[in-house]
Amino acid sequence: MSRLTVNKTYKLYIGGKFPRTESGRYYELKGKKGNLLANVSHGSRKDFRNAVVAARKSFRGWWEANAYLRGQILYRIAEILEGRAEQFEDELRAQGSTPAAARKEVLKAIDLFVHYAGWSDKFQALFSSVNPVASPHFNFSVPEPTGVVAAVAPERSGLLGLSSVIAPIIVGGNSGVVLASQSRPLCSVTLAEVINSSDLPGGVVNILTGMRDELLPHLSSHMDVNALLLCSDDPAEQKLVQGEAVENVKRVRLHPDAPLDESPYHILDFQEIKTTWHPVGV
Amino acid sequence: MPEGPGEGTAGSSAKRTTKKANSHDFVEGDCYAPAPENTDHVSLKRSYDLFIGGKWVRAPKKFETINPATEEVIAEVGEAGPKMVNRAVGAARDAYEKTWSKMPGRERGKYLYRLARLIQERSREFAVVETMDGGKPIRESRDIDLPLVAAHFFYYAGWADKLEYAFPGRKARPLGVAGQIIPWNFPLLMAAWKLAPALAAGNTVVLKPAETTPLTALLLAELIEEADFPPGVVNVITGAGRTGQNLVQHEGIDKVAFTGSTAVGKLIQKTLAGTGKRFTLELGGKAANIIFDDAPINQAVEGIVNGIFFNQGHVCCAGSRLFVQEGLVDTVVRKLKRRMESLVLGDPLDKNTDIGAINSPEQLTRIQGLVDSGREQGAKCWQSSQKIPGKGNWFKPTIFTDCAQSHRIVQEEVFGPVLAVQSFRTPEEALEKANNTPYGLSGGVWTDKGSKIFKITSQLRAGVLWANTFNKFDPSSPFGGYKESGMGREGGLHGLGAYVQLSGR
Repeated sequence: MSRLTVNKTYKLYIGGKFPRTESGRYYELKGKKGNLLANVSHGSRKDFRNAVVAARKSFRGWWEANAYLRGQILYRIAEILEGRAEQFEDELRAQGSTPAAARKEVLKAIDLFVHYAGWSDKFQALFSSVNPVASPHFNFSVPEPTGVVAAVAPERSGLLGLSSVIAPIIVGGNSGVVLASQSRPLCSVTLAEVINSSDLPGGVVNILTGMRDELLPHLSSHMDVNALLLCSDDPAEQKLVQGEAVENVKRVRLHPDAPLDESPYHILDFQEIKTTWHPVGV
Repeated sequence: MPEGPGEGTAGSSAKRTTKKANSHDFVEGDCYAPAPENTDHVSLKRSYDLFIGGKWVRAPKKFETINPATEEVIAEVGEAGPKMVNRAVGAARDAYEKTWSKMPGRERGKYLYRLARLIQERSREFAVVETMDGGKPIRESRDIDLPLVAAHFFYYAGWADKLEYAFPGRKARPLGVAGQIIPWNFPLLMAAWKLAPALAAGNTVVLKPAETTPLTALLLAELIEEADFPPGVVNVITGAGRTGQNLVQHEGIDKVAFTGSTAVGKLIQKTLAGTGKRFTLELGGKAANIIFDDAPINQAVEGIVNGIFFNQGHVCCAGSRLFVQEGLVDTVVRKLKRRMESLVLGDPLDKNTDIGAINSPEQLTRIQGLVDSGREQGAKCWQSSQKIPGKGNWFKPTIFTDCAQSHRIVQEEVFGPVLAVQSFRTPEEALEKANNTPYGLSGGVWTDKGSKIFKITSQLRAGVLWANTFNKFDPSSPFGGYKESGMGREGGLHGLGAYVQLSGR
């Protein structure tokens, strides 16, 4: 008798735990032949709000963790990803990628985490300055994390897109709530499992699945979200997000619906520059 | 903070007397003989036009600008309607495409150096006009505003031919036409903060000064003409909130830079949603000034005074919330009151004056309203005993003690000479209270202990921190806020980033 496969339940990732959506709702993800791939959590506004609470709670600890440690944890994510590469490839193929494209996407995602791991203690040197003020003061400017960042991952890329959004946000000391691709959500739950075993404190990364048009207004208008990254080619979505972001002067970064390239400027997008003055004298 | 789109109306202040200067009845101070700054060398026109495409263009409507210390009309200026805004944006676009963006950076820089020099030469005259139009003490406009204006142009002039070194791994290009909206608290200085980096990076500009303080921007336009800038590189259009609104909404601009109130900043952010236009916002603040019991007390008291009474408190980064460590409260408040009694309030043109005129009757009403709310909500109000001149807009240095976190004077930006005092026991409590505000522009900390300074300054969620000093500015030093105090930086290398688009090399 053939063995019955054990199917995976796809849940959310909030505060270092894998809860089911409080809404109790699911949406069906179908494969190319119409076969059911998974019942994906249809995350709600309440789930999002819970995720923001978890992100805020973890923010200070993560920001104050030293840069060396942040780099090691990102590298750890890459290590674990490498070991589970096949699982991600399977999921990408099930969602329509060719085997070659799936393989390429997974390898790129692994290398992306390695790349950003290295930035953890270097981007500050690139974007800091000691300012030669014309008065007897010592004056310097350094980047600090913006705070809690919400992100809408690229729709067209299930793993690389999601990874390219998460890495620059967290390597700079922010915590984040990420909405995964609606049509390619499988890797998001698996990536959450990788992240969860990487020593990243719970709540620093929270991953939701759900309906993009339903959650977008809530992501944009939440008063305790400091910045938002939207990967989208849709002008209507861009306008909606920028308009809703106004109430707490949220920083909105727009990016096309594609993975972000590897760049320290994506880290800078979620940093604030702080300038400190002190008199010089005896 | 200042006016912007949706606020204020031009031309509403008719029927003012146009008496010549020196007829006002300022109260003489007890300890100082009057030392008024000479105004003979200032030659203002009776009426100003708009500066568009290198020419002075007559606006169909005019409004008067008033000296807030004497209520006398200083001059009338044009009110730019949609047609004039359109013309100015067109002129800026032409200049951008035909000359300014194509010019080698080195040459752009030389124009800015030239302008910086001209400003230095006419510095005293501009300082007097700034004080007449806005009400700030001449000591401040002469020693702080004007030197910093020249320094800003000088600083960014040097960046114009060095953009390729500014952003490692990226190529920097100008954005195009920038619409810049200037507040009334530092009229010429804020114009310099915005113009200098924009022009250095190769953008052209349509600049709108505040309704109540248009004159120094118009004098600057005269200097730009004198410096022989290509026509249209800088256009100056005067008007009220409606003019600014037309500018922000204009399809021909690529970037908006705004300094003003958080409320107007949000309106602008909303207006720009989905347009693809870039923007930077420098908005309100409610800075915490934290004094620990190991602080140098007398130095700290001077810092508190400078922090809140500088420019009558019309400062977005003003230290308007004072946190004193328990045990030190009585001493600090006693010393503070004594120091406040010694401030000279009166004629802004007098070189001894510390507290000048409140910028406008509207602002005076706003300050009075918030002070009334402080009393009603149960905080204890104390004002110094200076006499108030018979004419003009004035407000006495004011402190509130027994304040609660929920009081409006603790939560809202007063933008006047009003300080709210609170106490704390532990550094954690100070940080918790200090960060408990939607604003995040600036902050101060006073202690003799170095490690404490770094702990507190790194945990205050604000863009500019002063340790054992306050309200210091420099063109090389980035300035700007966290949270609802705005986004983007002005000054320094980081300020240059607000006026370029970056692409791969």
